[in-house]
Amino acid sequence: MSSISQRAPLAEKAAEQLNKTVSHPETSVKNPTPRMELQKASPKLVTLDEAIRRSGLKDGMTISFHHHFRGGDKVVNLVVGRLAEMGFKDLHLAASSLSDVHAPLIEHIENGVITRISTSGLRGQLADRISRGLMKEPVIFRSHGGRGSAIASGDLHIDVAFLGASSADPLGNACGYSRSENAKSICGSLGYALPDAQYADKVVILTDDLVDYPNTPCSISERQVDYVVEIDSVGDSSKISSGAIRDSKNPRDILLAQKAAKVIINSGYFNDGFSIQTGTGGASLAAVKYIRQSMIDRGIKASFALGGITAHMVRLHEEGLIERLIDVQSFDKVAAESLKSDMMHKEVSANEYASADEPGSAVHYLDMVILSALEVDVNFNVNVLVGSDGIIRGAIGGHPDTAADSALSIIVCPLLRGRIPCVVDEVTTLITPGSSVDVIVTEYGIAVNPRRPELAGRLRAAGLDVTEITALRDKALSIIGTPAALPFGDRVVGVVMNRDGNVLDVIRNIAD
Amino acid sequence: MQLKESFAGTLESGDIHVRLMPSPTPGLTIHLESSVACQFGDQIRRVIAETLAELGIDSAEVNATDKGALDCTIRARVTAAAVRATGKDVWAD
Amino acid sequence: MMFVPGNNPGMMADAHIYRPDSIMLDLEDSVTMAEKDTARLLVYNALKSVDYGDTEMVVRINPLNTPYGKKDIEAVVKAGVDVIRMPKTETAEEVVEVEREIERVEREIGCEGRTLIMAAIESALGICNAYAIATASPRMMGIALGAEDYCANLKTQRTPDGDELRLARETIVVAARAAGIAALDTVYSNLEDMETFRKEVEFIHRLGFDGKSIINPRQIEIVNEVFAPTEKAIEKARIILAAIREAEAKGSGVIAVNGKMVDRPVVIRAQRTIDLAIASGILKEEEV
Repeated sequence: MSSISQRAPLAEKAAEQLNKTVSHPETSVKNPTPRMELQKASPKLVTLDEAIRRSGLKDGMTISFHHHFRGGDKVVNLVVGRLAEMGFKDLHLAASSLSDVHAPLIEHIENGVITRISTSGLRGQLADRISRGLMKEPVIFRSHGGRGSAIASGDLHIDVAFLGASSADPLGNACGYSRSENAKSICGSLGYALPDAQYADKVVILTDDLVDYPNTPCSISERQVDYVVEIDSVGDSSKISSGAIRDSKNPRDILLAQKAAKVIINSGYFNDGFSIQTGTGGASLAAVKYIRQSMIDRGIKASFALGGITAHMVRLHEEGLIERLIDVQSFDKVAAESLKSDMMHKEVSANEYASADEPGSAVHYLDMVILSALEVDVNFNVNVLVGSDGIIRGAIGGHPDTAADSALSIIVCPLLRGRIPCVVDEVTTLITPGSSVDVIVTEYGIAVNPRRPELAGRLRAAGLDVTEITALRDKALSIIGTPAALPFGDRVVGVVMNRDGNVLDVIRNIAD
Repeated sequence: MQLKESFAGTLESGDIHVRLMPSPTPGLTIHLESSVACQFGDQIRRVIAETLAELGIDSAEVNATDKGALDCTIRARVTAAAVRATGKDVWAD
Repeated sequence: MMFVPGNNPGMMADAHIYRPDSIMLDLEDSVTMAEKDTARLLVYNALKSVDYGDTEMVVRINPLNTPYGKKDIEAVVKAGVDVIRMPKTETAEEVVEVEREIERVEREIGCEGRTLIMAAIESALGICNAYAIATASPRMMGIALGAEDYCANLKTQRTPDGDELRLARETIVVAARAAGIAALDTVYSNLEDMETFRKEVEFIHRLGFDGKSIINPRQIEIVNEVFAPTEKAIEKARIILAAIREAEAKGSGVIAVNGKMVDRPVVIRAQRTIDLAIASGILKEEEV
């Protein structure tokens, strides 16, 4: 039984027992092509049209996108434009978020190419038209953590994900930056694209820098990728810090940031090893600048900073004041470059970042979060989605996720924006429930949720101007007068999902 | 009162631009464009009308472009436009 | 004292949120001739409507020898301004003229004696007449240096060290002290250079000025920091003032703290320390 042929009957028998057949490798042919050439012929490497056709996309299905290029995104308009030309109808567009740059979707909605939208936010013309009743089906709004959960649980099933990447090899190893000299774009973390990559039936990577295999380290593994499409540009990196993010010289933002910093420092949570996140908005971003000196003076270091990572956070990290950065989205180029080069700057998916049902999601271990708001009401409810004129003009983002799961949530917002009050009787739309909001910082005073009397005590003892939230509302009304009620219609144009997957509120159309 | 077409104000945030013109018909006609029209449109019209009434102007065409001005600013801008339109100041010479 | 252009309604509406000790709404240099009428109306309506809280409200008027000065006075006195700031003051007579105008308007509306005067000195002649200006009217509450015009008049330029302003600054402090009124320093307008600004504030603090004029809220914190008394000084001042109160309660004329006699200058300095601590936000009024 020493030769292969002599062992053949035994192999037959073993195959039978394993319910397999015997293999005949002598028939297979080895490919002698040099591998640099071979990878260029990767079966995954196709044109956009081919990727769409092979993906099996049909009318009525769900397509998804990420928003890591924010105002500079070019993928959504390119792909949906092509789908329209190819005659697709009745598609469900499930983006992690949409912004001003996506106004061309209006036409596709009018033509029936897109009939449903799921997103974290809407801005600009598209938001304006949808607020006035452009779509028959209401837009489904989810937080970032809520979207991650919904994709994982199957509530939000994605048929084909179209994910832009700043580099990818022909097998689909992709990430939000490129190490090649042909790099055209950079967006840093691809955190919001990772659930799509993991759970979508088909995944198409679109890249403007097709690099040699292996594109390591990478965010999205080839194992999750079905097709790779090379395009001219996935996004304008100079615009990733546009949209909601501003680093302000506005004195009022600076005043608010300084006040927020004082709240942080005197909150009882400003201890060695603390963890912190800042939301978008000039004042909340700038608050980090003003806690820096206190960290140095008191010898306090943060264990991690979470969320949208900014240049401020990177600077503190590089100075040794923040040990680790956990990055679901890079808010500027500095952050994106840091993610590329710094081991301690870790990329996480939306689920690992903020999902309520993910025991290890980072928000559960977050001490404090500093967030902005369009409106706060006397019950500490917060609205970050719908303007006081009833027009959608923002995004839920990680607002409710971080507020609910952190030990201390601080909302920073001006009492007034022009003649628009930001502290009101009742928010226009409920996004983050008052039960998860601890402190409101305004230029006219600081209000502490009555659920947190110990916190109010600490801030008062530190000489901060703690006042009642109703006093702030009254102050606003005394300056601007009483606003008239908004002319809402009877149609529901948006549904706000809670992070647990249930409905939290609805948005009605605004009448002209 | 004889009016000559005049304006006051700017299009800066928190300000209002008010143009005052003689009206071919009696009474006030107010064309208002405002960033806060939904919530404060009626209030802004009322302040414009009251301010003009106090200055004895009951017939005029008003074109106002508002950028979220407070009532005190609206009063100041309407008064300034009216003073320029009538040539009659509210302060002693 | 924070300068706010009188033709910017957005800034006038919420200047007080930065908690400067006083706000100066400007009708003079920051307003073009074509907008003098509209700025005057904006300032008048803002003063009447905006709740500036306990912030001292000052308006810089145009000089009386322009077509605007008299109307400016009428408007702001009627609006209830705390202090009228005269620009480019050179003689005591100018103060008396402004006082006369104020009195006329105050009589008309029945609030005699309400409006105070601050004079900005912005020329060599003004510096020569500093004491006369400071004592020209019982309404005088302070004199201030206006450095840009002063330097032009002196045929020199401003430098980071401020050597060219030394005599003017010292003269103003001395005249103000002699007259028993406040001395206020000029503005520093390079917002990008906060270090030089801080040095200048430290310098004028040492010279004895009561405060600094600023053009942007971002400058407030530095002024407060420099003018804030130390904790030790505050504690000492509180002990002295407590001893005074105790002595007054007992009807005792002689006061001693830790065995040392406390005389009047010590008491005045202690009170000034406490006032500064309150103004800088270190102490609250009720804690005194």
